[in-house]
Amino acid sequence: MAKAEARVWRWFALPGVFWLLLFVLVPTYAVLAVAMGRVDFLSQPVPAWSPIAWNTGYVSQAFSGALPGGEYWPAVRNTLVYVGASMLLCFAIGYPVAYYVARHAGRTKKLLLVLLVIPFWVSYLLRMLAWIGLLSPDGYVNQLLTSIGIAHPPDWLNGNAYSVILALCYGYIPYFILPVFAGLDRIDRSQIEAARDLGCTPFRAFWHVTLPLSRPSVLAGSALIVLPMFGDYYTNDLISASPRTNMLGNEINLFMQEGPEKYVGASLVLVLMAILMVGMAYYLYQTARDARRFA
Amino acid sequence: MSAVIEKRPDTELAAIGGGGAPGLRSRLSNPWGKPRFLVATTWLYIAWALLPVLLAILFSFNAGRSRSVWQGFSTRWWWGDPVQSIFHDPDYTSALLQSLRLAALDMVIATPLGVLLALGLARWRGRGAGSANLLMLIPLVTPELVMAVSLLLVFTQITIVPFSLVHLGTTAQIVGQVTFSLSYVVVIVRSRLASIGKEYEEAARDLGATRWGALRLVLLPLLLPAILASMLIVFALSIDDFVVTQYMSGGYSTITIPMYLYANARGGATTPALNALATILVVATLIGIGAAYLLYSVLSRRTSTADPTALVELSLQA
Repeated sequence: MAKAEARVWRWFALPGVFWLLLFVLVPTYAVLAVAMGRVDFLSQPVPAWSPIAWNTGYVSQAFSGALPGGEYWPAVRNTLVYVGASMLLCFAIGYPVAYYVARHAGRTKKLLLVLLVIPFWVSYLLRMLAWIGLLSPDGYVNQLLTSIGIAHPPDWLNGNAYSVILALCYGYIPYFILPVFAGLDRIDRSQIEAARDLGCTPFRAFWHVTLPLSRPSVLAGSALIVLPMFGDYYTNDLISASPRTNMLGNEINLFMQEGPEKYVGASLVLVLMAILMVGMAYYLYQTARDARRFA
Repeated sequence: MSAVIEKRPDTELAAIGGGGAPGLRSRLSNPWGKPRFLVATTWLYIAWALLPVLLAILFSFNAGRSRSVWQGFSTRWWWGDPVQSIFHDPDYTSALLQSLRLAALDMVIATPLGVLLALGLARWRGRGAGSANLLMLIPLVTPELVMAVSLLLVFTQITIVPFSLVHLGTTAQIVGQVTFSLSYVVVIVRSRLASIGKEYEEAARDLGATRWGALRLVLLPLLLPAILASMLIVFALSIDDFVVTQYMSGGYSTITIPMYLYANARGGATTPALNALATILVVATLIGIGAAYLLYSVLSRRTSTADPTALVELSLQA
């Protein structure tokens, strides 16, 4: 009876699983097949569907190009630097905000929560559009800068790496704050009170109790923003529009949408996935460690 | 006389507490004091996060052509201008319609598919269940660009059914959007399924209901808030989506609002009508999310008064 019951539920999952097989698993394999494939005389890709026919030439070219000194190294370096810097910014701004709303906001907590959720759901492209207006040469930011005496305000929107980092942080920080808030909100207050009763200063109680307990949610929030940042090309296109600040996502987008060399794009997707897997392994290792420590 | 006596303890207490103007040191070491630094950071962040958006919305009412310099109030970019306002310019109306069409179709396809998948994955034990769960998680941990590239390759390189039936354009856009929204539906419905438990259904079965009866009369009504909420979240995800929708597009008639914004945000020739278009996008999304939150919290009766924590949970699942 129970076994027959369990088998019935399989039929519920079937259409969805079928959909995912067709449009997630097969496409992922297609990237591999194109990257490992060959090219016809019009330099159109000829995918190698069978592993026997695989040609690793393009893939090894892409991987060696991604190393320091290689063709794609500037893009890889930019990606790592921009993502790293904007993640640190997200933490420096987002953690205090999440901490305040979770622990000290009191009566304003509900209002603040709604205000934190709104940017989460405001279109990413509109938020970039807003900054393009503000940062344009005659925009409010430069008006402000000239009014306080800076004669030659910077050109924000043409290949400025700082603008890209700030824009990435601005774009993704709502997705960081909410999980960190949820984590901080779940911490049992009695643990902090215990630390205080045992003689900890507020700072030491924060450092030895709150911060370690919020680590899993900080990791989760970081993973949530790092994953899309690695595949981001539109922020850069909108805020910088210069090849100088190209990220890996821009290179992939260029090869996929604006040229016939789709096999190069597919190989670079494999590079991107390899980098992400290293990050993912670190994340899984850390969460497993946390689970052991707090179990 | 008595007033003087009552006042004295007050002044003594004030002296112990540091007086009217406490020094920085005592302010910092007082754990019950207002955390001024945190208050300032939080409100500055909120201003930073929301003011640019409000300004961009305000600029859709600009009287001039500029999107960065205010030239007075008008509604010409909304409906006043007979040629260039969003409801008259065919570029804008076409993008608006395509966005709504995709969101509606995505909602109608991804929600039932996701609800069935959630039910199946939550209760299916045995061979294949683990891999199916893993498969469902892949879209959640893949950057959208990777997903878009792989779908593009499938639809342009594979010449056998069913892939040959999907052409770049509305069909491919729908397939792509359903693929990434499916997992969100599963996550939302499954967490509700876990909080309901199996008791109600088992009670119905004990009282003589068939399996289908228990499912239809007991479980489905209990799941309804989550189903409706995930439907609205799919709407919001679809209408906001840029990467997959762009990669799957084919030609002018399949340009959506986010695609139009991306293509024209930097152009000097574009007018504040672009901001009006973006405003419509945001208002539609926020209405969808607000409705999802209200339905979810009212129908599931988790809380008697609306509690924004549910809003955070709902957003996090998405």
